[in-house]
Amino acid sequence: MSALAQPRKWEKLFWPLLTASVLLVVWHASVNYSGSKVFPSPTDVQRGMAELVRKGVLLNYIMDSLGRVAAGYLIALALAIPIGLLLGWYPSAAQVVNPVIQMMRPISPIAWIPVSIIWFGVGNTAAVFLIFLASFFPIVVATMNGVRNVPSMFRRAGRNFGLSPVALLARVVFPATLPSILVGLRIALGIAWLVVVAAEMIAVNSGLGYLVIDSRNSGKRYDLVVAAMILIGVIGLALDIGIRRLERLKSVRWGFRHES
Amino acid sequence: MAQPVLQMPQTAVSTKLRARGINMTFKRDGVSTNVLNNVDLEVRDGEFVCLLGPSGCGKSTLLNILAGFLSPSSGEVKIDGFAVTGPYPRRIFVFQERGVFPWLSVEGNIEFGLFKLSKEERRSRIAHYVKLVGLQGFEKAYPGELSGGMKQRLEVARALAVKPDMLYLDEPFGALDSITRLIMRGELLRIWEAERKTIIFVTHDIEESVQLADRVVVMSARPARIQKIVDIDIPHPRDISDPRYLKLRDGIFEEIGLAHKI
Repeated sequence: MSALAQPRKWEKLFWPLLTASVLLVVWHASVNYSGSKVFPSPTDVQRGMAELVRKGVLLNYIMDSLGRVAAGYLIALALAIPIGLLLGWYPSAAQVVNPVIQMMRPISPIAWIPVSIIWFGVGNTAAVFLIFLASFFPIVVATMNGVRNVPSMFRRAGRNFGLSPVALLARVVFPATLPSILVGLRIALGIAWLVVVAAEMIAVNSGLGYLVIDSRNSGKRYDLVVAAMILIGVIGLALDIGIRRLERLKSVRWGFRHES
Repeated sequence: MAQPVLQMPQTAVSTKLRARGINMTFKRDGVSTNVLNNVDLEVRDGEFVCLLGPSGCGKSTLLNILAGFLSPSSGEVKIDGFAVTGPYPRRIFVFQERGVFPWLSVEGNIEFGLFKLSKEERRSRIAHYVKLVGLQGFEKAYPGELSGGMKQRLEVARALAVKPDMLYLDEPFGALDSITRLIMRGELLRIWEAERKTIIFVTHDIEESVQLADRVVVMSARPARIQKIVDIDIPHPRDISDPRYLKLRDGIFEEIGLAHKI
């Protein structure tokens, strides 16, 4: 396939699948070749996964992880978008708050794990809090910057038609910022999924992160460790594909470059 | 003996806009730039006036002041006898086509300023103005799917839909190709003849101003002042090879200090 040619439908699936298959073969061959007793081969992993399904824990773990992400992420979204809009709208407020936000942002949510355990104890709330924290800042910053970058022409047109400040925010600034907000939401979702795994290793007794650490600790079941890792990757990919679908909505499409 | 009545009735054409002693000075990095120098202008109701001048001369600044988006350093603008203190829905500013809202469909854009009207009224206004600017069949399309000329017509439709008395147009066709620009001029004149708004139109294109305006306000380089006001006393549709047209056009070329030979 040349760089210019539009890939055909079967090619869009075929080439990535080929890459994955090659990787599996290399993995399988290298486990066999090295004669490793600890590191699992793809077939071991597949058997491990089947075992988890049989025991009925896999689906529960997936739902637990997704549930925590949903809770923390939705709380973050509900708070971060209005706050970001206001900070973008009132530059003087942003001047007061921005340094703190910029200082908090580079602190890895993982570093908050001990603090959140003090505050919320070992349990679901601590994990949800960490997801919230991880999602909150990217959404606030993307929204705030989005508002600042709204072309003045749009605001002027809104004012010209006699919009009140509230209506201007709702009917001009918010829709004009929506593509930036979506970018923030996408980044935040990726980080939230990274963080839930880390949080579950420490703060709770279920979920895919717990599966990774528990399989290692109780009997060095590396087949289950790798099975969990693969699931984490696949679900993360699915979440990203899901949120990218939103970029195709007609009311935000203009803010993204699309090949078509 | 009664004297023969020779004078025109005074009230037939009333003044819509009156600008007096407009000065504008911008300060940037401690350097102040005088952009407008003592501009006086009167625009009659229903008149089509072009502000013509070289790029960067301050004609857009003047338009923004007349529209209420900027307040002048000194001087006053009155419309219908009332001082202008800000933008107002009865006077709509039309940008280049980039001013349409990309998140709204054609219908949504035209409907934007109609939020005080009933649903039926909005429907009928949308239908009317979609037709007036020739966007039938594109009601559900988004600006990203439209050409530059269509977006420009959409922006004019959005402005007209609120039934303003005045339109301010800031080089509205500047970003269009020359063929589309020519078509758009004809469209604008057709719309203007149908709706008789007062139009103030900023351009740096001499031909454009002579084709469109009742009067062309020729502005000098910065600090801009009104150099000359030229009456274009040719009825529409204008024949652009007519001797009168060419004479007026060449007069403006000379006024600006350009030989019309390349």
